[in-house]
Amino acid sequence: MNNYHLNHLRELEAESIFVFREVAAQFDNPVILFSGGKDSIVMFHLARKAFYPAKVPIPLLHIDTGHNFEETIKFRDNLVEKYGVKLYVGSVQKTIDEGKVREETGYNASRNVLQTTTLLDAIEEHKFDAAMGGGRRDEEKARAKERFFSHRDEFGQWDPKNQRPELWNLFNGKKRMGEHFRVFPLSNWTELDVWQYIYMEDIEIPNLYFTHKREVFERDGVLLATAPFMTLKPNEKPEILDVRCRTIGDITNTGLTRSKADNLKDIIDEIAAERTTERGQRFDDKRSETAMEDRKKEGYF
Amino acid sequence: MTEKKDTNGYLDMELLRFTTAGSVDDGKSTLIGRLLYDSKSIFEDQIEAIEKAGRNQGKSEIDLALLTDGLRAEREQGITIDVAYRYFATPKRKFIIADTPGHIQYTRNMVTGASTANLAIILIDARNGVIEQTLRHAYIASLLQIPHIVVCINKMDLVDYDEAVYEKIKKQFESFAPKLEVRDIKFIPISALKGDNVVEPSENMPWYRGTTLMYLLENIYIKGDYNHTDARFPVQYVIRPQSEEFHDYRGYAGRIDGGIFKVGDKIKVFPSGLESKIKSIDTLNEKLDFAFAPQSVSITVEDDIDISRGDMIVKPDNLPVQSQDITAMISWFNERPLQVRGKYTLRHTTNEVKCIIQEVKFKMDINSMNKNTEDKEIKMNDIGKIKIKTAKPLFFDAYRKNRNTGSFILIDDITNETVGAGMIVTDKA
Ligand SMILES: Nc1nc2c(ncn2[C@@H]2O[C@H](COP(=O)(O)OP(=O)(O)O)[C@@H](O)[C@H]2O)c(=O)[nH]1
Ligand SMILES: [Mg+2]
Repeated sequence: MNNYHLNHLRELEAESIFVFREVAAQFDNPVILFSGGKDSIVMFHLARKAFYPAKVPIPLLHIDTGHNFEETIKFRDNLVEKYGVKLYVGSVQKTIDEGKVREETGYNASRNVLQTTTLLDAIEEHKFDAAMGGGRRDEEKARAKERFFSHRDEFGQWDPKNQRPELWNLFNGKKRMGEHFRVFPLSNWTELDVWQYIYMEDIEIPNLYFTHKREVFERDGVLLATAPFMTLKPNEKPEILDVRCRTIGDITNTGLTRSKADNLKDIIDEIAAERTTERGQRFDDKRSETAMEDRKKEGYF
Repeated sequence: MTEKKDTNGYLDMELLRFTTAGSVDDGKSTLIGRLLYDSKSIFEDQIEAIEKAGRNQGKSEIDLALLTDGLRAEREQGITIDVAYRYFATPKRKFIIADTPGHIQYTRNMVTGASTANLAIILIDARNGVIEQTLRHAYIASLLQIPHIVVCINKMDLVDYDEAVYEKIKKQFESFAPKLEVRDIKFIPISALKGDNVVEPSENMPWYRGTTLMYLLENIYIKGDYNHTDARFPVQYVIRPQSEEFHDYRGYAGRIDGGIFKVGDKIKVFPSGLESKIKSIDTLNEKLDFAFAPQSVSITVEDDIDISRGDMIVKPDNLPVQSQDITAMISWFNERPLQVRGKYTLRHTTNEVKCIIQEVKFKMDINSMNKNTEDKEIKMNDIGKIKIKTAKPLFFDAYRKNRNTGSFILIDDITNETVGAGMIVTDKA
């Protein structure tokens, strides 16, 4: 019987593929939220597996804060071209220009919260009925209670106290007009699982994840990249260090790790020995202990 | 499956899903916190965060329960209100914990957490012994057919680590165990708060000869938990690339719910009854010679027969039951009670049909494990046995034989909510 057994990564993979196919079968107009970070890259890889040998029948949606690492956008455009998938872009800049949200000011100004409005607008404009995200339950406490199929009301809001029970592998994607679902195929993966899987499957990821020299500065114990739209405080001194990204997001709140890891094996060893979560390096989550829960209720990723 | 890469052995790791059950304050959250903490699965920033939260609540020492009590409402009320999932890994296994609350009104959460678990930890407060809630939890674990149960007698530090207390509780539990259908029950005396027998063996209980909880979680044999005997493949999605390279390709995609399928195997398709042979089993990485539960694959067949989502591919010498009359145990989740003669949508594997509730046979009094045939109204958090008629036949097995092909959910057509979870009973099992 020994032969008929999957290791933990293959079992997670099988579960995620199942979720992708279930979305394709249950929804009319699903979309994959693609940030260019490793979780969304792994999601897309799983999507390719789910529909092989057909092309991925679900388009991608990138919510673009305008504050990107250049490499992320290049990587995104290459992937779209290589696999012939459709890409939608929702622009936070446009949302700001239209006066729907107001840009934060000050040193810690971030467009992270503003993304919610852009995302909900994109969902409404294109009539997406399921938005698949790379959120994992190990990331944050509020996410620990998230379902695979997470129901959102017509305002895009999440009601954590009134979630549908989710049993076995029976997912209920039924909804009324105007409502939508957020679907999280990576729910049961951890950060380490994601890295191990990238290694096992030889998945291409942006160079930002590997060591490189970059101009950075330290703020509240987090290393951030310098960029034209970042204002340094008088005491903050930019310097050039060997760093890599542990997560990739908006440049203004992506913390960098000092590292010389130039290959996946070293990264995995580094992650396994890490003593802080990747979210701990996100600037925006430091604001309050329930920051994520509050944002999620509003309709955040 | 063999993997080629040099990966420090992590490709040999297995996945174990477990759930925790116990009454309020028995120590579930503390136990999970302890497992995470002692296995070094907690990160510094998480510890900082709970230290800060603890200080805000006026507590001095670090409260492990805060690691799992996530949502703001829970923080404020100091209770767990919904199933929360936790993750940790040791070099041997990756663990997924469904942390479910113990209140009476939240039976639905325990059923939910139990539905995918290989193992249940049932906590008992050593000072209280077996109480009504314990029976309820043990019954649910048995009803949901969780293969392994570990009864942890907790707070041993509060009863002077007394062997007699442990033995008495163990006997109490064993006295009703024959009423349950559990294959594997184990007992461990622990202190979640102090750490005895959780990850480290207890120095305070030299009389206990068994293993620690962590050792058990890492070593309990789970390879037999999937059904590899009865081949079942519910078709989830039909893949038609319509590209030049794969011009006439039709792949039947799905997750194997039971058994093993090999290239060349004779197959039979429900409901059409048509037969064919497996031509290939495809994945992005490679073509497979065989596939087994719980793999997600895409199957092509030799003959051009009509197969669509909701159909089930099986082998001609091992057939599921095909019927429109279903008898099942039902666990009810909704404020609106189960309506006899009411119509619902029933989702079973990848199939969906309309159904009508014909009869409630009995309601289970979970605390005494007696069948109530007088009051048969199935309300929220009740469990009962019902008869259902479906608009089209289902192809199923007894839940006891296969947890995937023997389970279904009921959906309310007006609110779209998942209102009940069913476990199919057949004459044979
Ligand atoms: N003395 C002692 N107290 C414990 C033990 N386990 C849990 N507790 C305490 O019991 C209370 C309830 O624990 P908690 O984990 O929140 O219980 P839950 O409601 O089952 O999640 C807390 O004050 C814990 O510190 C134990 O082994 N010994
Ligand atoms: Mg608790």
